[in-house]
Amino acid sequence: MEVIVILIGASLAVAIGFLIAFLWAVKSGQYDDKYTPSVRILFDNDSSEEKSKTN
Amino acid sequence: MSQYTEIKLSCYHCGGDCSDDSIFIDDKLFCCNGCKTVYEILQANNMCDYYSIEETPGISKRNEIRRNFDFLDDPDLQNKLIDFTDGNWTKITFFIPQMHCSSCIWILENLYKFNLAIPESEVDFLKKTVSVKYSVKETTLKDVVILLDSLGYLPSFNFEEKTKSKSDEVLKKLYYKIGVAGFAFGNIMLLSFPEYLSLDDVVTDNIKNIFGTLNMLLALPVFLYSASEYYFSAWKGLKKKIINIDVPITLGIFVLFARSYYELITVTGAGYLDSLAALVFFLLIGKLFQYKTYDVLNFERNYQSYFPIAVTIIKDSAETTKPLDKLEAGDRIIIKNGEIVPADSVLISDSANIDYSFVTGESVPVYKTNGSIIYAGGKQVGKSIKVETVKDVSQSYLTQLWNQDAFRKEYSSNINMLVNIISKYFTIIILGIASTAFIFWAPSDIHVAFNAFTAVLIIACPCALALSTPFTLGNSLRIFGRNKFYVKNADEIERMAKVDSIVFDKTGTLTETNSSDINYIGEELSDERKSLISSAAKDSSHPLSQSLVRALLPADHYPVERFEEVFGKGILAIVNGAEVKLGSDRFFNGASKVNGDLPNSSKVNVEINNERLGYFEIKNKYRPNLKAIAANLKSLYCISVLSGDNAGEENNLRNFFGDKARLLFRQSPFDKLNYVKDLQSKNHKVLMIGDGLNDAGALKQSDVGISISENVNNFSPACDGIMESKSFNKLKDFVNFSRTSRKIIILSFIISFLYNLVGLFFAVQGLLSPVIAAILMPISSISVVVFATLSTNLTAKKQGLL
Repeated sequence: MEVIVILIGASLAVAIGFLIAFLWAVKSGQYDDKYTPSVRILFDNDSSEEKSKTN
Repeated sequence: MSQYTEIKLSCYHCGGDCSDDSIFIDDKLFCCNGCKTVYEILQANNMCDYYSIEETPGISKRNEIRRNFDFLDDPDLQNKLIDFTDGNWTKITFFIPQMHCSSCIWILENLYKFNLAIPESEVDFLKKTVSVKYSVKETTLKDVVILLDSLGYLPSFNFEEKTKSKSDEVLKKLYYKIGVAGFAFGNIMLLSFPEYLSLDDVVTDNIKNIFGTLNMLLALPVFLYSASEYYFSAWKGLKKKIINIDVPITLGIFVLFARSYYELITVTGAGYLDSLAALVFFLLIGKLFQYKTYDVLNFERNYQSYFPIAVTIIKDSAETTKPLDKLEAGDRIIIKNGEIVPADSVLISDSANIDYSFVTGESVPVYKTNGSIIYAGGKQVGKSIKVETVKDVSQSYLTQLWNQDAFRKEYSSNINMLVNIISKYFTIIILGIASTAFIFWAPSDIHVAFNAFTAVLIIACPCALALSTPFTLGNSLRIFGRNKFYVKNADEIERMAKVDSIVFDKTGTLTETNSSDINYIGEELSDERKSLISSAAKDSSHPLSQSLVRALLPADHYPVERFEEVFGKGILAIVNGAEVKLGSDRFFNGASKVNGDLPNSSKVNVEINNERLGYFEIKNKYRPNLKAIAANLKSLYCISVLSGDNAGEENNLRNFFGDKARLLFRQSPFDKLNYVKDLQSKNHKVLMIGDGLNDAGALKQSDVGISISENVNNFSPACDGIMESKSFNKLKDFVNFSRTSRKIIILSFIISFLYNLVGLFFAVQGLLSPVIAAILMPISSISVVVFATLSTNLTAKKQGLL
């Protein structure tokens, strides 16, 4: 039964890892703007240059 | 010959109507040269993807004025505007109200393709800002702004913007706290499972102790960090001798923490740390829910946001720019078309047309002659004028409003909020019950007495009570927002529920800004003549001409052969061979006869081929449905209408609002403010609805000040809520709904009290086990939240707001 202590330790370590990841995400501003990135990801990079090449 | 084209020609850039097909490149039509220029810039930089992301994404350049950005070279001003600079790179955030689609995001994030000295630019679409980083050595702030302006995205400069980042910080902190509390909540729950399931035979005491120690460690950051703002708020309240809702919460948290630590350290029990973490977590979620802000809207404008940040002055017979805060009385300034007079001034040019729509809501320009006073806030329409300032900006007639007490007082806001009234009695009663239980048990068993005392405080901790308000009001705020009524924060909704008097401003609030009632008096007009008049008026930008064109709706438009406009007086045009003359009395009779103006309306005389036919009388038009709205409101509220105009409309207003309404005319901005103050001194709760700068004082003074606007992103004075004018007919629903919200809060209170009764039943007997606490607390919180959210949504649906 004592093995549970190791398992709890491991699970806590993982949970702390996620907590730190969350705090880092907030700190780095990922929660500041929840709309613009969803639009930005749809823009093609330099598509106009590629288009002018194919034309 | 008249030709009528069915196909509308729309501009490739902005989508606006093109009057003809004379401006084009590569078979793309443009409405004006401004739009064409933007297209050319984009094409030269290989940026025409702009037009493929969204159709006609551009911002119309038709009413473009050449702007002078020399003031941006002023180092003092630069320091106020920029976020940060290290000598090589400067970062600045611009507010760009014109931003409206994904093409805008795309082009503003690709600024480096226009200017290599701008390597980074990032858009925040919801806030309508773009953060730009530029190289100080290779470019200047002025160049960056000129680039943005040339693309149609003129930033709006505002020195108040910078304080906004403060609300971001608050939100970030809230996220941190929720993260920590959620983390602790989950893990403590997990480690408490042996306790819930009474697995005493499987789990050894050793493991139990380890779990207990871990729980203590996990709960520590929740107690010290996540819950800390409740302690501060409770302390602040107590210092002011107010028992707010945070007092019993803090009491509950402290008792939970102390008793749990005591039990775990003395190994007498498992403690209630799971309940503690859950409580804090739910409370913080409630806070987040209440924390809805409309970042793009500015509710705290002062006069500075209306005025330009720099003006063109004449110094030693040369034009230079000067930042507004350095402007002194006696400076001679040039006001160009569309610019605002920043301080009370005397007109030096021969004549001017001043549009006081910011000030009075009245958009028809007023004609001024040499030597007359122009008040700050007026906008020149037409050619440039010269004026000499007679007062400082802050001492001008209108800006003095901001020196009033109304603008200094901080809202002693939440003393009167329902939840704080209840929490006062609640806290006293709970302390009473806890002490009674203690005194009852103390003679027989001091241990049970302590148990019962702490258990009462724990179970009575008003988590559900504290959650019902944010969820109900937060949800109402969202429902209002969906109906284009943007309220500054959730507290205003509760304040609105208590309103018993409504004060309306007349012009621009009860009347529409953009449309008018037109009566024609005189010889009847044939269709032919209507067409002539409309064709002549079509080319004038004067609001009266525009109203005429909208009202006449002729079958045909004729080509205009000659067109001459004397600004503010009238127009003379040769249309289809006929001479059409439209204008004011002054235009026809010379400047001598000015008194012929009708009260509260404008008169446009008509003359065709030197034959005087009659005149149009153009009056402000009341909003549609005003009759129905007024009928609904007048029975429930004490209604007043304040107007800056003369009493000409008294009978009309009586018709709408009945005999009991108080109608006051010729009210100055200060009269309006004092009227609201007077009502409040008679213990009335006042809802003020206005639209212009002249209402600013009254809006601020009133308990709830709502400003009404054709476009919510436009200027609006300092207020508690901004309503789009189309939603005006829902005013009654809004007020009703705020009352319903209040009732829902009271019902949620009752529900949470019922849970408390069950909990107290166990607690006073000293029988509160951690399991009961761990079940009862989340259930009561969740059911209150579900009830609040569902019932607001349901009633909103019933009242037609969803």
